[in-house]
Amino acid sequence: MVRSMNDLMDDAGFAVIVEGLTKKFGDFTAVDDIAFHVLRGEIFGFLGPNGSGKTTTIRMLLGLLMPTEGQMTVLDFQVPGQAEQVRLRCGYMSQKFSLYEDLTVAENLRFFGRVYGVPPRRLRRRSREIIVMAGLAGRGNELTRNLSGGWRQRLALGAAILHDPDILFLDEPTAGVDPVSRRQFWDLLYTLADQGKTIFVTTHYMDEAENCHRLAFIHRGRIVATGSPQTLKQTQMSGEVLEIEVDCPEEALRSLKTDPTFTEVALYGRRLHVVVPEAVGARAQIQHLLGAVGVSVSRMVVIPPSLEDVFIARVR
Amino acid sequence: MKRKLVVEAKGLSKRFGDVVAVESMALDVAEGEIFGLIGPDGAGKTTLLRLLATVIPPTAGEAWVLGKDIRREAEAVRAKIGYMAQRFSLYGDLTVWENLNFFADVHGVGGDERGRRLERLLAFARLEEFRHRRSQQLSGGMQKKLALACALVHQPRLLILDEPTTGVDPISRREFWDILTDLHVEAVTILVSTPYMDEAERCSSVGFMYGGSLMVRDTPEHIVGMVPNTLLVAHLLPTASGRLPIREAQNVVKVLPGILEAQVYGDKLHLFVKDAGMALPVIRGALQQAGVPVSSLMPARPHLEQAFIYLLGKRDGEVHE
Repeated sequence: MVRSMNDLMDDAGFAVIVEGLTKKFGDFTAVDDIAFHVLRGEIFGFLGPNGSGKTTTIRMLLGLLMPTEGQMTVLDFQVPGQAEQVRLRCGYMSQKFSLYEDLTVAENLRFFGRVYGVPPRRLRRRSREIIVMAGLAGRGNELTRNLSGGWRQRLALGAAILHDPDILFLDEPTAGVDPVSRRQFWDLLYTLADQGKTIFVTTHYMDEAENCHRLAFIHRGRIVATGSPQTLKQTQMSGEVLEIEVDCPEEALRSLKTDPTFTEVALYGRRLHVVVPEAVGARAQIQHLLGAVGVSVSRMVVIPPSLEDVFIARVR
Repeated sequence: MKRKLVVEAKGLSKRFGDVVAVESMALDVAEGEIFGLIGPDGAGKTTLLRLLATVIPPTAGEAWVLGKDIRREAEAVRAKIGYMAQRFSLYGDLTVWENLNFFADVHGVGGDERGRRLERLLAFARLEEFRHRRSQQLSGGMQKKLALACALVHQPRLLILDEPTTGVDPISRREFWDILTDLHVEAVTILVSTPYMDEAERCSSVGFMYGGSLMVRDTPEHIVGMVPNTLLVAHLLPTASGRLPIREAQNVVKVLPGILEAQVYGDKLHLFVKDAGMALPVIRGALQQAGVPVSSLMPARPHLEQAFIYLLGKRDGEVHE
């Protein structure tokens, strides 16, 4: 088993391979027999609601929590057995950026550099690089508490990569930052991925998951689907989404909700999104239904489902 | 005919010491709107909602909520609105049904009507089968739905909801929005803050708050329409090794004439161009020459988030038009 996993890793360049992983806390199964792999240099999204098992999985991959069952290989090392070797080669950033508020930017980097055992000379060079990369040039002497959320987040990312790790684990890194900072953060992640670093990121933001190269949906401790955003939308969605523009959306909504064919009817501003088993037949049915209540349709098109549409279709 | 205003604020400000949380805000919300408030942490969203719910008094300015003055008639405002704070308080050791009855008592809902109304709310929140469960034993999503039901016992015409779906699982989140949509159809006005851009897309009007002020406030369609450039989305085909050559494609495309921005977005490339008609053949040709196989290249509606990035950049003078 172990041997074949190593072979697989060498052939295709896997950064993480997980098989049959389970974690129980007493009667509660937090992670239930999951399997997935992450390619080297890939941004892999672990997507699921709060309490679905995301953080438990990360903690097991980092060797901080013993699995109840299963195999994990991270960067060719067995976890938890060889977790020490993995820890030197991985960076970790949690939702609550663990920075010291009353230290300056430069002091925080120095502190974390020492924690990771980066030699002084190298640390000076890395700190300079990271300050530039994080867009913090000229702010080295500023107190961390005075930085805005976006800057603080990029500094925390910088602190997590001071020792030049091969794989980065990011646990809900973008909660509560503005859209521009969020975009800058993702551009940084793409740059790191280009340098060959593997990035494992958890999120419960369905729209943010679109940023990942590949995803796994986790729900109640089980993986319900994996693939690229595009593949998931093409293969895992049952039904199609119609976007409809009408003269009176409230009336249209009321009328469509009375028909059990339409499991999902939602208002998006003045537009309606309706999930239908198949678009061709549904179009005529919708025209007919809305015509009967005097609502006129000005536009009706098939739109790609959101990742949330796919997730809901998978778990319902 | 102009619709009745449910919220009307002028010069509304709130300071905490040196910090200006809300700065001279003007805001009108018409009856029946779903008004979505978005913006980063610390932008002032929660403070604004607390001011309008009369939880805290303003430092300056004035506001009327359902025709009542938030300074002089705070009690009257509170009696007329439904408010759900970010950390709302249900009684954990009371059952679902007991919680509803408690809030009915608080709001003085009595008589024959009471039982019928609570039953309806229970059905509305899809909590009938959990009637006798203690609220601390409900899932996060169910607790939020119960809190919403409790905020509705006195049939308010205005609901103020502060990040009601944060951290809730996708199915509960959908159900929560289905309930809001039903209320909207009954012409209840809803003021809701959210960190999720996809929820903002569901609002009839969106305000983007930044540094204590509203930077933009319009319908999602109009806000997206403020981006003067066209978004093209390129999907690529994987190479023999199974990887998508997205970075390669980005590097080829970003230097082409007429390309304003080329962003990697997961497994696809987002390109902002001035003129799609001119750009499309140029992009296709360049990618073909570079040996990057394209599976599709099509115009798409920008996301609200992209519109805000554009508008923030324009304000800061960083945008090329």
